[in-house]
This record gives sequence, structure tokens and C-alpha cells, in this order.
Amino acid sequence: MRDYETFFRTNRLPHIWCPGCGHGIAMKAIAKAIAKLDLDQDKTVIVSGIGCSSRASGYMDFDTLHTAHGRALPFATGIKLANPELNVIVITGDGDCMAIGGNHFIHAARRNIDLTVILFNNNIYGMTGGQASPLTPVEKKATTAPYGTFDRPFNPCEVAKTAGATYIARGTAFHAAPLVDLIAQGIQNKGFSFIETLVQCPTSYGRRNKMGSAAAMLKDMSETVIPLAAYNRLSTEERNEKLPSGVLHTDVFPEYAAEYAKIIKQAGGDKA
Amino acid sequence: MIIKVNARFCKGCNICVAFCPKQVLALDSMGKVCVVDESACIGCGQCELRCPDFAIRINKEEKA
Amino acid sequence: MSEARLMQGNEACAEGAVAAGVRFFGGYPITPSTEIAEYMAVNLPKVGGNFIQMEDEIAGIGVILGASLAGKKALTATSGPGFSLKQELIGYAAIAEIPAVIVNVQRMGPSTGQPTSPAQADIMQARWGTHGDHPMIALSPWTVRESFDVAVKAVNYSERFRTPVIILLDEVVGHLRERVELPSAHEIEIYPRRMPNTTKAQGYKAYTPMEDLVPNPANFGTGYRIHCTGLVHDETGFPSGSPKVTEQTIHRLHEKIMRVQDEITHYDEFFMDDAEIAVVAFGGTARTAYAAVEAARHAGQKVGMVRMMTIWPFAENVMRNLAKRVKGILVPEMNYGQYVYEVERAAAAQARVVSLPKYDAEVFTPDEIKQAIEKLAAEVAK
Repeated sequence: MRDYETFFRTNRLPHIWCPGCGHGIAMKAIAKAIAKLDLDQDKTVIVSGIGCSSRASGYMDFDTLHTAHGRALPFATGIKLANPELNVIVITGDGDCMAIGGNHFIHAARRNIDLTVILFNNNIYGMTGGQASPLTPVEKKATTAPYGTFDRPFNPCEVAKTAGATYIARGTAFHAAPLVDLIAQGIQNKGFSFIETLVQCPTSYGRRNKMGSAAAMLKDMSETVIPLAAYNRLSTEERNEKLPSGVLHTDVFPEYAAEYAKIIKQAGGDKA
Repeated sequence: MIIKVNARFCKGCNICVAFCPKQVLALDSMGKVCVVDESACIGCGQCELRCPDFAIRINKEEKA
Repeated sequence: MSEARLMQGNEACAEGAVAAGVRFFGGYPITPSTEIAEYMAVNLPKVGGNFIQMEDEIAGIGVILGASLAGKKALTATSGPGFSLKQELIGYAAIAEIPAVIVNVQRMGPSTGQPTSPAQADIMQARWGTHGDHPMIALSPWTVRESFDVAVKAVNYSERFRTPVIILLDEVVGHLRERVELPSAHEIEIYPRRMPNTTKAQGYKAYTPMEDLVPNPANFGTGYRIHCTGLVHDETGFPSGSPKVTEQTIHRLHEKIMRVQDEITHYDEFFMDDAEIAVVAFGGTARTAYAAVEAARHAGQKVGMVRMMTIWPFAENVMRNLAKRVKGILVPEMNYGQYVYEVERAAAAQARVVSLPKYDAEVFTPDEIKQAIEKLAAEVAK
């Protein structure tokens, strides 16, 4: 038994994800990060929205909350404010976080509330069978973009940065070992942390776009996603083909729940 | 090295087979991972690292 | 009783909620409910509670459901457009059995409608706004003082039955200022949230119904490590695709409310002893109806009034019995006719049921209702 496996509800496994889906790799990285930090299992909450990624909450042995589509962050905000001693980790997907939940995402980042958001980015709506998401790259095909998408995708890390997140990182399912550290550092940041995790969806995305097997998609990631320092050395043109990984941005800003505790003190409610 | 496979969890995605540098693993006729050459295993753990289904494990310490 | 104060319905509602133990408010500003948010922003931190202004209406209910799961009694407040936006998560609270109170200070609609004008046109939306079968408790106060009492009841019911409870204020009562004497803390009965009665080792399951058909999901952070989902789930809280579990769940959700229907049906009767005509009214309209009934009595009409506080579940028995006692029932409401259809159904042709709709963004005048009483009295006398 691996130490992180105590954080799985093993009786719920095997999980529902398709053969070769990267979500299992990303979920394992979260469990490993929690093990590494030795978080109290009874004081850690996993919150998710709706979609393939969001099924992860059911497999993890904490207080877990599988909310409605796009709404993980409001629920998580309520949990954190109601009981700031809890570690609140949000698992979301590209549609859940950046489409239907986009407004909640920018505002949770703006508040710098102490949540750690791990976005499982598989570039597609997998659970409903492969519709285009706001993170589907231009020209890639989806059931709702049969001729290839032409809408510009978000860069979620840049959105998070502009909105005020104080820890932003990007990892991949290929780089599974460093991903653990990226998540662990995010959990340790007392503020809004965002870790975009690129994962392969061989069934609903890779197959339609002739990207080969799950292993081939992972190998693609190993080539396109490179450490930030290496990325910074590239010319502007070369950067078009690559994505930087690692810790992309950190900042220091007052944390929302801690600031509200000051309001309570100011109003005299700490003695109530 | 001891390679443990949990066939119930394995979905036959072939990731472990593809990333094994020593061709230790293959898919069997049922489409599940199987060990074809355990003696060649160098314990690099690439298979376990990226298995999305928690179906394969390398134990270095438990060498018989 | 505390000393007399001049208060608004919205303020009294907020104060009642805090008195009942609400320690978390999340919401989004919207006329005519904003005073509730403003009251909470000032007063919740004074008692160690949280106020948060969210980015939108949906977040306003999402955040209180999260807070409720973490153990805080929680409330949000809104009006028509916001009430529409909150519907999905009202259903989430119903199936995941999360205590929460939603105040809807009704305004004229649909859509942006007349934001500062009164209406009672969300009666059916309160019952059926979210998709799927679900029970609903909705209470509607008619005075400022009762806005306080209804808030206490709503919080208690939401905790006791682990279900969303809707307070249907309307712009009339919400913005009305009256002299009130509020009960002091020791006079208020508070229902404390039930905690798990078994340990994990004893086989605790988060969604096992107790004798009252209400389960005891543990608050987050208390060591039970429960799973909460909007999917149909079995007693463990984990999703189930079983037709049997699905049927049992939907039935139990209804039954936990319907088995106590008489207990949670609150209403008043006025001048009903010898009445041949009954006016059935609620909220701001009941205030006008009372004046109309009183005036009609002075003019010699045998008319009484039944004032409903509990809107949902529908007071089936009250209305069925009423129809046997009188010849005619008049239902004035600030909408195109909503509650009247439920009354008509329950009356089952035992009495003549007449709708008096009002949808011009104005409140009723007593005269309008009095004339309708006289007309109905003449009709049933034939």
C-alpha cells in the first residue's frame, strides 16, 4: 500500500474514466501532494463541479462535495469561510471552470481566498461525448466543431493571473512526478492557487483529432510543454508551438478569510 | 524487482507498455497488462507513475 | 419582548434569521431585497458570522450551501430575476438535503419587469421553479413582525427537515415600516442541527433516514468524511443508478415534509364563524383584504378571511374543509391568477372559487376587494 492510497476510497475503484484517460494520473498526483504535506484527512475537503474531472471527488477519502456544473468555487468559498481551518481543494475541468464557471473563477481569484484549484484540462467536454470547450485549441475538431474550432481558447493561467491568483502553475500528466510538487506548493500558498494540469482524453478528443493512443498523446505533451526557463529562452515564433510548465507566477496579497476575520474582530464578533 | 498487476483495475490503455524502456510489459489476449520479462525490469517506475488506473506497482524492497 | 422599534419587513426578516442562528449570508444586490444583504453586512460580523457579496445570484446560493455543509446556518436573499437564477441550486439543496433559506422579495415580472413594484407572481415558481420532482416549503408573512417570525420558522424548518425553505416576501411587506416589538432571545425556539447518532465504526451512513425520514449527514470537518452529490444517491451518499433507490429517494424527499404537513401549515381565520364568503389571501394582499372584509362586514356581508402564512406545501385540508363551510371563496393575489388554481382544485366544486387577479404593478385597494366580495355574494345567493 502506498501512503497516498489511504486517501482513496478503494471500494469505489476502479474509477469510471475511459482507458488511457489522464484524470487518474492527475488525481493520484493530488493524493500524493496531500500525503507529502501530511494534511489532516479529517480537515481536508475536496470540492468538484460536473464533468469527467469532477468525478474525482467521489474516489477521494475526505469530506467530498460533487456540486452542480460550474459551481464548485462558490460552494468551496462557503466552506472555507464557514470553517477556515479546513484545507479546501477544488477539482474542476476546462468546461466546468472556464465556461459555465468562468465568472466564479475570476472572482475567487480576485478575492485571493485560500483555495487550491486543480483544473484537469483535457481540451474537450468528455462526459457528454466530445464537444468543444473554451480550452479546445483552434482548428481542433469536436462534435460541436465538426469543421474545426475557430473560437480563440483561453489561456487559463493568464486569466488566473489577471484575476489576481497568488500562485499559478502548469503541469501535465506526462510530467506526473513534478506535478505532485506543483500541487503541494499550491496547497501551501495561503491564497488562491491555480494549477492547470494538462491531461489526455484519447476517447473524445484524441481519436477525433487523430492524435493516436493515450501514450502518444502523453509523448506529445512531453514535447510541447517545457519548463518555464526553457520557454523564456525561445523566440516569439518558437513559443507559439510550446507551453511553459512549472510555477508560472506568484504574488503576495491579503487572503480573504483572514481579512474577514479582521472584520469580525472590528465588529466585536470575536467575543460573541 | 517485483511487479504487481491489479487486473481488475487495468483497462488495457497500454501507457505502461509504451513507456517501459526495457519491454518488460505487454497486453495479454484479454487486453490487460502482463509481465513478459520481469528479469529485465530496472525498477524505473515509469509504468506505475503514469498508470491512470492504479493497476501496476513496482516494489523494489520486496525482492524475494 | 424588546422595546418597540420602527422597522422594515426586510430588516425584520434579516433580524429573525440571525435570531434563529443564521451565521452566514451570501448574496447579490437586487431590488427590493437589498436591505436584507445590507443588514447582514452590518450585523453578522458582530455575532461572529460571515457576510459575503458574491459575483452573481448563482454564486449567492452556492456559497451558502457550502457554508451550510460546513456547519453554519445560512441564508440568501433575492428577488425575481435572481430567484430564477437560483433555481438549479435550490434543487441541489433539495436532493443533497442541505439546510438553507432563500428569501424572495417578490417584484413585478417577468424578467426585469417593474423592479420597484410589488407582485406575488412567484407563487408557482417557488413550488416548481427547479426541475424535477421535489417537495417545497414556502412561507409568506403579512406584517413586519411576522417577517421576523417567519424567518425563525424558515431557519428551523430548513434545519429540521434538511431542505431548502423559501420565504416569499413581497415588495409591500418587505419595504413596509411598522412599529414592532420583537421577542427577546430566550423567547425564541431554535432547532439545533442534528448530529450523527452513530460513529463510522458503527457503520454510519450519511444519508440513512432516521424515524422522521430525515438523514443526519455530518458537517464537513467533523471526521465522518462524507460524500455529497446532486446525483441520485443511496444511503451511503454515493451515486446510484438503481430504479429502486431513485424511487425511494424521490418518495422520501416528499414524505419527510408531507407527513408533517398539518404541523407546518400556518394560517389565521378572521370573521369566519358565520361566513358564507371567504377571502383567501396572503402577504401584502392580505393586509388590504382584511380592510375590505372588515368594511364588508360593517355593510352586512357574511364574509370572513383565511390568511395563509404557509404557501407550500399547499394547505389541502384547510381549503377542502373551507369549501364545505362557505358558498364562495375569493382569492385576490397580485398576479394573473396562480394560488387560486390550487384552491379551486382542493375545493372540488364544493364552493364557488373566484380569482381576483392584479397585475398592473399596483397594490389592491380595499374597495376593489370589497366590490369583488359583494359581486361574489350576489352570485352565490342566486
